[in-house]
Amino acid sequence: MNAKGKVIKYGNNVDTDVIIPARYLNTTDEKELASHCMEDLDKTFPSRVAAGCTIMVAGQNFGCGSSREHAPLSIKAAGISCVIAEDFARIFFRNAINIGLPIVESPEAAASIEDGDNVEVYFDEGIIKNVTKGKEFKIAPFPPFLQAIISAGGLLAAAEKGRLMP
Amino acid sequence: MGMTMSQKIIAAHAGRDSVKAGEIVMAKLDMVLGNDITAPVAIKEFYKAKTSCVFDCGKIALVMDHFTPNKDIKAAEQCKAVRDFAREKGVVNFFDVGEVGVEHALLPEKGLVGSGDLIIGADSHTCTYGALGAFSTGVGSTDMAYAMATGTAWFKVPTAIKFVLRNKPQKWVSGKDVILHIIGKIGVNGAQYKSMEFTGDGLKNLTIDDRLCMANMAIEAGAKNGIFEYDEITAAYEAEHRSKKPVIYKADEDAEYEKVIEIDLSAIKPTVAFPHLPENTRTIDEVGEVKIDQVVIGSCTNGRLEDLEIAAGILKGRKVHKDCRVLIIPATQKIYLEAMQKGYLEIFINSGCAVSTPTCGPCLGGHMGVLAKGERAVATTNRNFVGRMGHTESEVYLASPAIAAASAIAGKIASPEQI
Repeated sequence: MNAKGKVIKYGNNVDTDVIIPARYLNTTDEKELASHCMEDLDKTFPSRVAAGCTIMVAGQNFGCGSSREHAPLSIKAAGISCVIAEDFARIFFRNAINIGLPIVESPEAAASIEDGDNVEVYFDEGIIKNVTKGKEFKIAPFPPFLQAIISAGGLLAAAEKGRLMP
Repeated sequence: MGMTMSQKIIAAHAGRDSVKAGEIVMAKLDMVLGNDITAPVAIKEFYKAKTSCVFDCGKIALVMDHFTPNKDIKAAEQCKAVRDFAREKGVVNFFDVGEVGVEHALLPEKGLVGSGDLIIGADSHTCTYGALGAFSTGVGSTDMAYAMATGTAWFKVPTAIKFVLRNKPQKWVSGKDVILHIIGKIGVNGAQYKSMEFTGDGLKNLTIDDRLCMANMAIEAGAKNGIFEYDEITAAYEAEHRSKKPVIYKADEDAEYEKVIEIDLSAIKPTVAFPHLPENTRTIDEVGEVKIDQVVIGSCTNGRLEDLEIAAGILKGRKVHKDCRVLIIPATQKIYLEAMQKGYLEIFINSGCAVSTPTCGPCLGGHMGVLAKGERAVATTNRNFVGRMGHTESEVYLASPAIAAASAIAGKIASPEQI
């Protein structure tokens, strides 16, 4: 599983209220949620994703605030293939793993990569390549338990495959 | 190596003698919570799994509190989906309009959560129940679905910060000011992934309502959970609200903490968090002139009886400012009824406040008091992110019920001593 695309970059403390505002939480439809993803922070988000910005990069504490799983669901359904951040708020981190949204914690990559850079992420090899800048970053591997959830495609899929013994 | 309070509760529920920070364990749950926003996603996931039964129909709570009484047709359909699920699966603790309260005020009041319990909820403020000596944390809907099916969840055992509270808060300083002070000090990611463990001889000067408010906002420092050491105040509350025998976990003498922070409660001043992060705190004397359009007194943070009592004490015999709309939202039906019996609701209505049935309502910009472009609110709620209570160019200032009530009269952020 790999991801590549142009980068759309945000700052620190991007909260789940701006990722998907509460006024749209009266639905569980992923496409509808995706149509409002990031709109309170960045009105250009849908057009930039459509233009190939499919890697989201952010600073510290990405996804803080509300536990709404609608946040990673809407990011995934909007067409983002990977979120790289300095670090993630813990509920968002769990939710992303549980629903199969690829996320990477890399303070170095998140600080160095700039908006619009072309980036490739090789999950199995544990490498982020910034093609524009010619830089590479190593990704620290997730613990085996989380890898089992990720490789199964989410928590419930992993449970069905009997992979949930820590 | 000794264990923290949080680690001991996780170990006990994982069937282990001990656990270490950083390891991942599966643990048994005493309660699984969801609301009308998060449960519909969980139910969709639950139906995808190959099980038809919930693990224990008495250990799931479904609370219809966010967009209720239903704000629109879609919200009504979400509640209906949860209602149908609750009936089909025989979920005992399903709370609908008429008996519903804001979930984190309701569950402790009903005795459904308490000391020694391990609780998850598909709502970030599930950390509230740590006030009673529980390990309680917010998760997402998929975790909730898995938990409803199996009665278990995975946990990465957290490290902890110990907060040693000393002395007695001054007049007009409540749990809200203490937790805002702490978040201002350590930042919105100051306790990221960690437990915040509250102890010290100052605890005796904090009521259960103060503690529920403080544990509620542990998530605003990024914490996994907030937990208070069990004491006589907890015991008295549990005796009144719960038949289950208390289970008490104290941290070991040699428990490892990443940091120990001493807090002198007597030195804390009334504190306000400015937009757009709970860490942007200023003490009341540093606030300056901030005119406001709305005041909200309610929520899982500050919609309890003591909060209403403080607000009523300040509003009694006074009128709210003509340019300010004031919403009072008792957090549960029981609180509503008690506030009525004690005469608080009459005081609020005579002062020109609107009194609402229990709902999360405006706290998350759902309904019942959404802000227009450029408007400002003082709220006793827990978040002041961009667009949290309405328009992206509106502003929320987080404060205690005392500050909120005084501000309602002044039409600007004010302390009770200024009015």
